[in-house]
Amino acid sequence: MADLTHLISEAQIDFANSVTMNDLEVAKAKYLGKTGLLTDALKGLGKLSNEERPAAGAAINVVKQGVEAALSARREALLNVEQAKQLAQESIDVTLPARAQSQGGLHPVTLTLQRIEQLFHSIGFEVATGPEIESDFYNFTALNIPEDHPARAMHDTFYIDEANVLRTHTSPVQIHYMENALKNNKTPPLKIIAPGRVYRVDSDATHSPMFHQVEGLWVDEEISFANLKGVVQDFLQKFFERDDLTVRFRPSFFPFTEPSAEMDMSWNGGWLEIGGCGMVHPEVFKHVNIDHEKYRGFAFGLGVERLAMLRYGVNDLRHFFNNDLRFLSQFR
Amino acid sequence: MQFSENWLRSLVNTDLDSQALSHALTMTGLEVEEMQAVAAPFSKVVVAKILAAVKHPDADRLQVCTVDVGLAEPVQIVCGAANARVGLIAPCALVGAELPGFSIKQAKVRGIESFGMMCSSKELGISEEATGLLELDSDAVIGQSIREHLDLDDHLFTLKLTPNRSDCLSLKGIARDVAAITGASTSFETISAVTAELSEVKNIVVTEQTACPRYCGRLILGVNAKATTPSWMLKRLERSGLRSISAVVDVTNYVLLVLGQPMHAFDADKLNGDLAVRFAKESESLVLLNDQVVTLKNDDLVIADASGAIALAGVMGGKPSSVTDDTVNIFLESAFFTPAVITGKARRLGLSTDSSYRFERGVDFGNTRDAIEYATALIQQICGGKAAAVSEIISALPNRNPVKLRLARLVSVLGIPFSQDKVAQLLTQLGFSFTTADNVFIITPPSFRFDIAIEEDLIEEIARLHGYDHIPATPPVAALTMLEAPEAKSPLNKLRDCLVSSGYQEVVNYSFVDESWERDLLGNTNPIKLKNPIASNLSVMRTSLWGGLLDTLVYNLNRKQDRAMLFEVGAAYFQKTNQDSSLTFVESTYISGLVYGSAKPEQWSADASDVDFFEVKAHVDALLGGANTHKQVTYEKAEHVTLHPGQTARILLNGVAIGWLGKLHPKWQQHYSLSKSTFLFELQADAVLNRQIPSYQEVSKLLPVRRDLAVVVDADIAVNALLSAIKQANIPLVLDVALFDLYQGQGIAENKKSLALSVLMHDTQKTLTDADADAAIANVLQLLQNNFGATLRN
Repeated sequence: MADLTHLISEAQIDFANSVTMNDLEVAKAKYLGKTGLLTDALKGLGKLSNEERPAAGAAINVVKQGVEAALSARREALLNVEQAKQLAQESIDVTLPARAQSQGGLHPVTLTLQRIEQLFHSIGFEVATGPEIESDFYNFTALNIPEDHPARAMHDTFYIDEANVLRTHTSPVQIHYMENALKNNKTPPLKIIAPGRVYRVDSDATHSPMFHQVEGLWVDEEISFANLKGVVQDFLQKFFERDDLTVRFRPSFFPFTEPSAEMDMSWNGGWLEIGGCGMVHPEVFKHVNIDHEKYRGFAFGLGVERLAMLRYGVNDLRHFFNNDLRFLSQFR
Repeated sequence: MQFSENWLRSLVNTDLDSQALSHALTMTGLEVEEMQAVAAPFSKVVVAKILAAVKHPDADRLQVCTVDVGLAEPVQIVCGAANARVGLIAPCALVGAELPGFSIKQAKVRGIESFGMMCSSKELGISEEATGLLELDSDAVIGQSIREHLDLDDHLFTLKLTPNRSDCLSLKGIARDVAAITGASTSFETISAVTAELSEVKNIVVTEQTACPRYCGRLILGVNAKATTPSWMLKRLERSGLRSISAVVDVTNYVLLVLGQPMHAFDADKLNGDLAVRFAKESESLVLLNDQVVTLKNDDLVIADASGAIALAGVMGGKPSSVTDDTVNIFLESAFFTPAVITGKARRLGLSTDSSYRFERGVDFGNTRDAIEYATALIQQICGGKAAAVSEIISALPNRNPVKLRLARLVSVLGIPFSQDKVAQLLTQLGFSFTTADNVFIITPPSFRFDIAIEEDLIEEIARLHGYDHIPATPPVAALTMLEAPEAKSPLNKLRDCLVSSGYQEVVNYSFVDESWERDLLGNTNPIKLKNPIASNLSVMRTSLWGGLLDTLVYNLNRKQDRAMLFEVGAAYFQKTNQDSSLTFVESTYISGLVYGSAKPEQWSADASDVDFFEVKAHVDALLGGANTHKQVTYEKAEHVTLHPGQTARILLNGVAIGWLGKLHPKWQQHYSLSKSTFLFELQADAVLNRQIPSYQEVSKLLPVRRDLAVVVDADIAVNALLSAIKQANIPLVLDVALFDLYQGQGIAENKKSLALSVLMHDTQKTLTDADADAAIANVLQLLQNNFGATLRN
């Protein structure tokens, strides 16, 4: 039997000359096809004697393995080239802008309210709501502001009719909440904040006829004016993420709280008015049948737009209600 | 309440400088709204007298004056003022003087040396306008600093007083509070009774003693009503914001400022018979001092004579009986009217007077007589005249019931410790009389305080005087309990987040809108109207948020936006007329949206086609909970006045209408000049927030089988009806059915449409055989044939 070892190197050359998969298949057939050189050689084994056949067979197999190895090496090489070509074709400019979706966002007043709610929620305040068209009774009388009380002149009230107004503050929610709590046999401690729209007949650069307030109320057996200051100061520090903020109380007058205070916040070396507060007036407790000897409470009202302006550096109140998308889109 | 700082300082001796005084007042509840210097800083201006004046040789309008400025030698000053004349006493700025905006140097005026400048009030910065040199009183001390002479080192304080502090509506009251705050001493003028020189008495009948518990009146005869009000009084009145009227009226105003007691002077010769304090007769009329003719009601308290009402008690005097320049005899009134009687009466007539403002809030009834004595003395001093005795009718003055203050309660409400001694000291500073036993104080409020009736009033007083600043910020200590967290109720913020992730921007619009939006855009002819809207285009309460959204859209399109996705969460307001014709108001929170233009911003990788109904419907679906099968959301074809009649859906949740979705009606698109179509939706937020808590259902281990089915039906059949029918028929094995293609056109008859449905089937017990599936599909087809006239598409 002739030595076939040379076929390995010949095949290697043929394979190397194949530049496409098709060429390679043709070259492969020359050696390993039905009538290929090695196939023929294997067929020729039958003509050999039993003694010669094993050695000859082994020799052919060695050559065949060598050819197959050369084939698969070349096949892999060709595949790599093809794949590389394909990948090159699939290449994109990854710096192109993404397929854009419409970008939505929340109104800064909502962002501010959510922040306020989150902070008060963290110390157990529930969120309560009430109607915006409010009876004269809830907006004034139940809050110890009887008809013709000079304090009514402090509220520039929108009237619907003799008996109904657009609420001038969120304080009436206190009354609704306490009344309902008692109806449902819920006793103090009561802790709520009441965010919402309020209305005053006033419109200029610093006043909007509609704006937002958050009312806070905590009724408990042992709750003090010092605690009110503590809660408000804690809130302001957390809201503005500034430990150095302090709150200053100034004596004031609200018929539904006593003692009453205006709240000022330290800000850039000065003081800024941010709302009113005080201890719930006994007359208010009497209106809702809460024992004012056993319980006491504090209440406060914060201006939401004021807080939003300070937090986000907005310099004009009117931005909040013009709804210019160039303004609103800054709060995403 | 405006007043001169120096006047206040003449009544209370405090060491605090102006700033510190202002701060102390503000921090104890008398808010200083404004503190304004009477005059800007200037120096070296003195009282001077023109000794001689000759015409300037080279200038017609100038005079060369020889001026005594209080120095050894007079100085020569060239002056152009028309009123410069020999003998005139006027301010003179000496060489080296610094005036507001300029300084005075020795100078030659048209060749003649001038050593200073004669000044007008404008040049001194104490008035806006001046016509010539400021003419000073003839008794002015030559050479005295003009600041001293005119008392210019003074501030105007304006207090923003809260309604409870009527006791500080007078200089005496403020001084008293400053003394209480600072511990300073007061020096009030001693008021003594004027000796009666006449026996004439005016008869007064107080028929309404509850309304008028104290009335003092007195005749002063033979006064000179034309007398000039002295400059010291004028200055104080002016610095309190009051203009001079006549000597008698000025005195009454002065007493009002000093003591807080409103007073009135009648021309005694114009009074007809006895006086009465009574309620007005219904429709009784009166000409007030300001010439206003008022028709009174029977709850208006009046002073009347035999001819009828002559003054509206506590509010304003009447014109016919008022003091004029010709008045010789006057009748002076000082009274205490009960606050509740005066309250609201001035406002009803569109008035607010210094008198009504004080009586409404409470006037010190301990001052009534002092005031009339003080006024009498001042009138006699200025206008002469002889006084008769005071007639005083006094009945039940307001009770000053003792108020209890428990030390323990004080400490616990304020949250800071107090000793009994400290409280006693503060009460003493306030001028309250009290007794103490067992840490309980019994306080009798003084006549000038109308705001001390309950324990809290005293707690506030103690806190105020102690200083709110000295109350620490103490975190509360309380029992910890968790808040309820109902899982079946989504928070409103979740809906907001859902729309934001669909690409919507939240806006906040006014709740009051243009009446035409309600009437025309929404077809609502009966919106809730405001009685006093701030503007005519903000006069009614909205019943939909769409008007505001459209308005916001237009606002932004005018600012070069070309697309918008907007939403708002807020109340809509409705009214119901009850059987007794009273109104009930109902508010409902809506979540409403608007989409205009393309849903995506213009970009290279996606076409900028305009949004259509189904894209917005997807946003609404997402809001409604998407695939949340607990909610039976259906859309039905409907009509809405705002929307396109062919592209409007009413949205139902479990069969109940909860909102709308549709395309803005072309007529409104045109009205708003919108070049592209606009889609709107509106949902009742409360309905959307409810959800069911998820409850586990067995997941089949066997895989479902899908078969597709194409049927042809009439074009006007609502696909949803067809799909619902299949689902509701509960055909055995059929799990779900979906539409995956809709075709109309070639190959399909006109008025018909082809629907391609995928039918998902499964059997929880065994693997489905072809025969089972075929049978189920046959059932589906049968149903569609029977109920919708469907035919299998070839």
